[in-house]
Amino acid sequence: MSVPLLYAAGGVVLFCLGLYAIFLRVHLLRKILAANVMGSGVFMVFIALAARVPGADADPVPHAMVLTGIVVAVCFTALAVALAVRIEELSGHSRLPRKGEEGA
Amino acid sequence: MSWLLDQPWSLWAIILPLAAALGAFLAPRQAPRIGMAAALAIFATVLGAILQVHGRGPQFHALGGWEAPLGIALRTDGLSLMLLAATALVGLVVSWYALGYFSGTVHGAEKREYFWPLWLFLWGACNALAVSGDLFNLYVTLELVTLASVALTALGGGAAALSAAMRYLLSGLVGSLCYLLGVALIYGAHGTVDLALLAQLVSDDGLSRAALALMVTGLLLKTALFPLHFWLPPAHSMAPAPVSALLSALVVKTSYLILLRLWFEVFPTVVTPGMGQLLGILGAGAILWGSFMALRQERLKLLVAYSTVAQLGYLFLVFPLAQGEALTGAWTGVVFFVLAHACGKAAMFLVAGTIYHTAGHDRIAYLAGAGGPLGVQVVVFALAAVTIIGLPPSGGFMAKWLLLNAAIAGGQWWYLVVMALGSLLAGAYVLRVLSWAFLDVRRTFYPTLPWTLRWPPLALSLVALLLGLLAFVPVHLVLTDAPVSAAVRLEVRP
Repeated sequence: MSVPLLYAAGGVVLFCLGLYAIFLRVHLLRKILAANVMGSGVFMVFIALAARVPGADADPVPHAMVLTGIVVAVCFTALAVALAVRIEELSGHSRLPRKGEEGA
Repeated sequence: MSWLLDQPWSLWAIILPLAAALGAFLAPRQAPRIGMAAALAIFATVLGAILQVHGRGPQFHALGGWEAPLGIALRTDGLSLMLLAATALVGLVVSWYALGYFSGTVHGAEKREYFWPLWLFLWGACNALAVSGDLFNLYVTLELVTLASVALTALGGGAAALSAAMRYLLSGLVGSLCYLLGVALIYGAHGTVDLALLAQLVSDDGLSRAALALMVTGLLLKTALFPLHFWLPPAHSMAPAPVSALLSALVVKTSYLILLRLWFEVFPTVVTPGMGQLLGILGAGAILWGSFMALRQERLKLLVAYSTVAQLGYLFLVFPLAQGEALTGAWTGVVFFVLAHACGKAAMFLVAGTIYHTAGHDRIAYLAGAGGPLGVQVVVFALAAVTIIGLPPSGGFMAKWLLLNAAIAGGQWWYLVVMALGSLLAGAYVLRVLSWAFLDVRRTFYPTLPWTLRWPPLALSLVALLLGLLAFVPVHLVLTDAPVSAAVRLEVRP
């Protein structure tokens, strides 16, 4: 297994770990972190694929895409953290309401 | 006239709302005026784009002069025009409604200050998504759409609205990351993300299938196809009425547009009839389950939100139906459905908002004998619902007619049964609202409605109702540069 492929596989593993956690963890901060782990996994796949041709220079386009992706991820994390803080202020706990708890 | 056709209208349709969003953010007191002026200007711009594509054919722009493999290509074809037009039409009317909705003391000045910049930002993002011609730009614009939608959902402010927004954000994030991983695989295999170039490069191999599966799963989550619709009803019913209308009418359609582009333009060699049937079965499940849940709801806004879950199901019938000679018919039907549903559903949400605004609640059982000004609103609700049920001469009827034809032509009769049952159930949940509203019990006194809350829903309902009569023009325009244009033959079979 070549090095880029190893990194890409690592990225996919990170993606799956994040996916698992985002559904099964209850605390909102854990969910937000899980989303970031998922995102990092995708970015690793991108960067690994940039170096897929052995010997040649790395392809710069995926790097630019990852930079854009990081900007998007930062925006989302900021919004999610702001929402989580507000939810805790209003309801007293940092989790999403369970089925049947949602009032009008 | 020729200078009119030479303007880069689709670029203006992106720049204008974004500039107006900035203006509305910097001058919050002027926000409604800036927003309404921008809405009119964007509507005119989209008309310009429609004329341009009608006169000159599909338009291409390479941003900054960088051509396709590296740069960002913008493309305006029939499918883009449909989303641009739906957004412009619904957007203009909803902006008009929002002038009235956010003016009272009930919905404070603070919400008005946040609504306008976010909505204009959402509008710009939707327009940018409609004309994007590459996978990565579609990802970025889809994220912008989600970001603005989540913030708009949270505008309600209560714990329930914030939780709905949070759930929406997390499921949107999972969806877009799945999509992005698919983009990474495609880029790794072919070295480009341009739709037109990929269409020539993609072949049926394991990597393409994996990428397609990831991207489609992500987009299904974002389009809220049953059973991935869990986030939609709370998000759409907790938001303020103008926001609910925008989310249900437009935002779910943006990810669907990407799905259409992928399925018919990039991966036609990879998709199999089996995959189409799988999406079709999920769509049929959405129609039946969504309608059934709508029938059971106590609150009007939740009823309308579950109706969206059901109606999204129809959109997915295109994947099994668009085969062989039924290809063009099914594709046109479903694209026309996007426009018809956008008008009808936005009108229904606006009426629900007006009722909530006036009566202070939207519990269907307490609407008994609403009468007076609310009675008129319930009639407007029924007018809008004509297109949702699919009765002639509405746009929804026309779209369903095209889909039914495709089902008959393809010999897939079970979709006929599903569509008939869906229409019956839709009729049932609309009648349930009507029957409560017109019960002859003691009438409650309700204050007179301001005109900005009365006329916009009626205007949209009438458009939705009469859309079927004018169907030829939009349907013809949608076929401009369409992925199915090989056999442009609109044949209505008995």
